[in-house]
Amino acid sequence: MKIELSQVSRWYGNVVAVNDVTMTIGPGVTGLLGPNGAGKSTLLHMMAGFLAPSGGTVTLDGTKVWKNHRIYRNIGLVPEREGVYGFLTGWQFVLSAARLHGLPDPAEAARKALATVEMEEPKDRRVETYSKGMRQRVKVAAALVHDPPVLLLDEPFNGMDPRQRLQLMDLIRSMGAGGKTILFSSHILEEVERVAQHIEVLVAGRHAASGNFREIRRLMTDRPHLFMIRSSDDRKLAAALIRDSSAGGITLRPDGLEVQAIEFRRFARLLPRVAKEEGVHLHQISPADEDLESVFSYLITRST
Amino acid sequence: MNTVVAGITYRALLGRRRIILLLVLPLGLIALAVLLRLFGETGQRSAMLLMDNFAINTMLPLLGLIAGTGVIAPEIDDGTIIHLLSKPISRPVIIRTKFVVAASLLAVFGAVPTYVSAWLLVSNEDGIASGFALGALLAGIAYAAVFLLLGVLTRHAVAIGIIYALVWETLVGGFMPGARKFSIQQWAKSIADQISDSAFLKADVTLGFAVPALIIVTVAAVFWAGHRLRAFSLTGDE
Repeated sequence: MKIELSQVSRWYGNVVAVNDVTMTIGPGVTGLLGPNGAGKSTLLHMMAGFLAPSGGTVTLDGTKVWKNHRIYRNIGLVPEREGVYGFLTGWQFVLSAARLHGLPDPAEAARKALATVEMEEPKDRRVETYSKGMRQRVKVAAALVHDPPVLLLDEPFNGMDPRQRLQLMDLIRSMGAGGKTILFSSHILEEVERVAQHIEVLVAGRHAASGNFREIRRLMTDRPHLFMIRSSDDRKLAAALIRDSSAGGITLRPDGLEVQAIEFRRFARLLPRVAKEEGVHLHQISPADEDLESVFSYLITRST
Repeated sequence: MNTVVAGITYRALLGRRRIILLLVLPLGLIALAVLLRLFGETGQRSAMLLMDNFAINTMLPLLGLIAGTGVIAPEIDDGTIIHLLSKPISRPVIIRTKFVVAASLLAVFGAVPTYVSAWLLVSNEDGIASGFALGALLAGIAYAAVFLLLGVLTRHAVAIGIIYALVWETLVGGFMPGARKFSIQQWAKSIADQISDSAFLKADVTLGFAVPALIIVTVAAVFWAGHRLRAFSLTGDE
């Protein structure tokens, strides 16, 4: 099944949360990547029928999603908020989901879903006694209980320990390989890279990039990089580096050189060679803008 | 009606501290009736004072508030409502189920104690006990619908509900004769008056107005709540 977004926008008063996004989510695992506050949850809520787009349309295989409870036969939703009745046991919670779906054998479906997320052992404990990771898994079990072709997960790895995280990643990957349409949001590039075949990048409400993780990686690698360099003779090194077109701008600072590299790969080869030729010793090379925020802000300036 | 939705809603309301809130007022009512009886203050006048001032004017709207908002507002607040809404069940069905749960709680915790306390004072004299019990039942059902709607419309349902119950129903209804026509409590009294032959009971609103008004308010509130829940939005933290 396919989720199609066509020129979707959402604003709250004067604040634009999602701005003119067009994308198609097909079978396999898609990662929705973006920094906090990028509008990922807003977009996901619109796909799940929990928010009306202010403009544009969201459809599931051609049917409108908003105000249509029938879509939930085909969608499993794992919201970011806890959203689990603490007074129910894990078993009761998942069983209630199966019964709300009107499944022919709700007990068997619930048993299977709990087994899928490895929650059989603590299933008879009340949800309020669970750790965050266990609650997350029981939510995934409830979302999977009717074996939906589409699964939407909002920041599913938050609060999980590394082992649980790996287990859920495996589960998502295998379901995606099995032909389900899976979309999950995350603000962590490594998470998305490990699970998703396809990545959609959302920055400040805009659809900033789209592709497989190699393409996204390349976009992020090829962007201008900023380096801090300390050497035995900063001024001499600066003069030599600026002759090459891969260095865009160099600032001489009291604590070293700040170099803007336009072509990352070429600059990476240039620097040691020039240093050797000029007889300058390199003491320290450090990226000054390697955090994800600056990567995202590059992508957004590129897409405008 | 959906039995799974009803089951979860009953458990949320009865399995927690909220049941104490539901019990305090009816137990207080019965305790007052017992006290009046112990001091020999039985008779229609005492019964009428207790029914009017406590059962109908105080207990019923507050129970309506606790049960009516309680069946949905906490779930909307903590996000658990998503569990019900992300299923292939029409939203008006969810609302109707929650309404039935709230109305049944008002019958058990409102109408039954009303009957018991009136009976303690005047037995079955002049149909006072059954009159007030029926009035409390029908008004309770209307309160359940109105407060359920309030729980869907606003996150400040309890605060607004208290203002409505105390300011409108008690003060405005009590001091402005014109406004009494639009008070659920007065409609309850009209029904009690119809069934009871007591000379002490005098309703301000005719039965011909009270009964259609109760039906219209109840149906409209449940319908509107269902309509609003169809457009339920998750705004998220962003």
